[in-house]
Amino acid sequence: MCSENKEASSRITWEGCSVLLDINDGDRLVFARLSPAAKLKIGNKNCSLKPLIGCPFGTVFQLDSSSDGPFLSPLQPKGNVNNTEEIKDGQLNGEVRDNRSLIDNNTAQSLTGEDIEDMRRQGAKGDEIIEALIANSATFEKKTSFSQEKYRLKKQKKYAPKVLMRRPVARSICEAYFKKYPLKIGFLRVDTLSLLLSMANVSSNSDILVVDMVGGLVTGAVAERLGGTGYVCNTYLGQAPYSMDIVRIFNLSDEICKRILRCSMSDLLSQKESQQQNLLNDESQSNDQMNVLGGIEEISHSSENAISDLGAENTTLPALRACKAAKAGEKASPEVVDSWKENGFSSLIIAAPDVDTWTLVKDLLPLLSNSAPFAIYHQYLQPLATCMHNLQLGKMAIGLQISEPWLREYQVLPSRTHPCMQMSAFGGYILSGTKICSS
Amino acid sequence: MLAIDSTRKISFNRSISNGDLVIVYERHDNMKAVTVSEGSVLQNRFGVFKHSDWIGKSFGSKVFSNKGGFVYLLAPTPELWTLVLSHRTQILYIADISFVVMYLEIVTGCVVLESGTGSGSLTTSLARAVAPTGHIYTFDFHEQRAGSARDDFERTGLSSFVSVGVRDIQGEGFPQEFAGLADAVFLDLPQPWLAIPSAAKMLKHDGILCSFSPCIEQVQRSCETVQSNFSDIRTFEVLLRTYEVREEKMESSQVNGNGSNGSLPCKRRQCSGGAGVLTYPTSSVMARPCGEARGHTGYLTFARLK
Ligand SMILES: C[S@@+](CC[C@H](N)C(=O)[O-])C[C@H]1O[C@@H](n2cnc3c(N)ncnc32)[C@H](O)[C@@H]1O
Repeated sequence: MCSENKEASSRITWEGCSVLLDINDGDRLVFARLSPAAKLKIGNKNCSLKPLIGCPFGTVFQLDSSSDGPFLSPLQPKGNVNNTEEIKDGQLNGEVRDNRSLIDNNTAQSLTGEDIEDMRRQGAKGDEIIEALIANSATFEKKTSFSQEKYRLKKQKKYAPKVLMRRPVARSICEAYFKKYPLKIGFLRVDTLSLLLSMANVSSNSDILVVDMVGGLVTGAVAERLGGTGYVCNTYLGQAPYSMDIVRIFNLSDEICKRILRCSMSDLLSQKESQQQNLLNDESQSNDQMNVLGGIEEISHSSENAISDLGAENTTLPALRACKAAKAGEKASPEVVDSWKENGFSSLIIAAPDVDTWTLVKDLLPLLSNSAPFAIYHQYLQPLATCMHNLQLGKMAIGLQISEPWLREYQVLPSRTHPCMQMSAFGGYILSGTKICSS
Repeated sequence: MLAIDSTRKISFNRSISNGDLVIVYERHDNMKAVTVSEGSVLQNRFGVFKHSDWIGKSFGSKVFSNKGGFVYLLAPTPELWTLVLSHRTQILYIADISFVVMYLEIVTGCVVLESGTGSGSLTTSLARAVAPTGHIYTFDFHEQRAGSARDDFERTGLSSFVSVGVRDIQGEGFPQEFAGLADAVFLDLPQPWLAIPSAAKMLKHDGILCSFSPCIEQVQRSCETVQSNFSDIRTFEVLLRTYEVREEKMESSQVNGNGSNGSLPCKRRQCSGGAGVLTYPTSSVMARPCGEARGHTGYLTFARLK
């Protein structure tokens, strides 16, 4: 965030840009902000993220070492096409080798750790080390081509780790959290998030009311879709706004950040703001803001904290280093709040695992303009069922539906296509509907 | 359908005018798109509805027929449109559509190529996602279908974000003028592998391709073709299970140990079968999956240009 306009859609990184680093095919997922000083630890090596600045997203980097220490260098796309060819050939030609004569003990490899370190010091590239390991493996030749590939991959991960640099957008951020730290986003799966955005008709120039207790993921995803038009109103119960850490991971332009506003539910539900009340609220509010900003600054002192490793020991996500001031999530001005009260919000999204669904909806639904759609996420079915029942009884909404998304991934390979062995069995529930005029 | 001009967005104050597209809602499984026209009527099993009665009412209003029957008038959205559009082909539904838009990383300002247009169900959601600064170029080789789709986009107010071209995409590929300009390409074609090499030429670096196919044999061939220029190749199936919610009355029982039952919650308690077991009705709201569901739509294969 807090970047110039072009950057939100840019396909090339810049200094201060947020990136998602996928290390060794998803083994580790790290959000980082690029700066000449930022460092990332891979294995026991600390390497600078500077070479990543100015590279296209989608670039794969490999960890190499030189006399100056380890460094990341972009990998030219090649190679893995041939590997799959080989596997295919193995399959097509009818594999003759199997693993009956393989004995697993530690004597199969004649290169020692010391040998490998020696090679490194002499400037051997990761690939060369892997080739050496293969050449010195007594069992490699006897393996099936499938397990040869597995062996190669295992050694590659260890001796030539690869870092894929991805664009941090709603899809990649949601998937990364869902994989490594699902609790933080209330177990909101990417297909479920995509449905929330559709069902709430998130489109340019809309004012979307959001209750986001999933770290800011929904707020960021909505803002990304609005693209600097309309508003996301992030509302909260009580005095303290909910965390919006995840919003900072998106590369949202200033224009987009300005469209993310905060407003307490009591301010939204009060009669049109009288001048006086405003002053009072402003004071208590600005204190909150100070604290939030203060928190970010504090964290930003060390460049180490520009990096947050998902699913690592530390389960609290350190905020990404904000480059200037945090613009997303300013308090909504009384004028904007009044315009919301006058016109109504275009739609509502709730992802609030810890608040009773029906009480929230009962209060918030009247803030929506008539015919506005809404979508409510919950991990449990019962709160949504109760809410749906009450909406029906109160004739407050139509087109009510509870849906449970189901997502299955497939492995597609010649003669070996089947659903993946592992799947997420649960993506939560959504209650959707359309508000009607009260009669 | 979209609030291009922010003064035209749906609000408490915006009322239905002559010429507006409204979705007439009878029941969740019975809706219809109607363009309001002063002198017209809508006739259905509930009676005759005069459009002139609708003008000036707010979207979301309940309106009555001559016989006292009623319907609701809703503002159109891409989701509602998918439920009411005229099926000239098989179409994509909300689960696939939402996933495609998210997985193709389509946001405001993106340029997206699509083929075939079919009934324009997906196109409508693509247009919403790229508006107001992006554009969808969609192609179908069926001239009449392309024409009807164009008419629909006019009617739903999306025509400034969508261009419909008549072209055999499997035979000729996408027009050369789009080479290297597309953020995303979507294919819903019988032999997508024939269009994949062209799709690769159209995409920007790191741009994403998606192909939707109902049959696994199609997926198999597409995945083979995609190998050479793409990475991050993934195939998914997305479905939705819907739930019914009911308030049900049920008999509860309670063993009455010491004979004093003064604190039972229900007055209509009765003794059944002696032995101190009391039964009384309670009611609770319960949910269960609907019995019928779509079991398969198609496979979605995504791949990222290297
Ligand atoms: C299943 S429909 C697409 C439905 C669309 N996705 C929707 O949601 O409404 C497939 C369309 O592809 C078109 N088509 C088939 N072969 C084609 C080709 N070679 N070039 C262009 N369009 C083609 C057909 O005319 C048909 O309209």
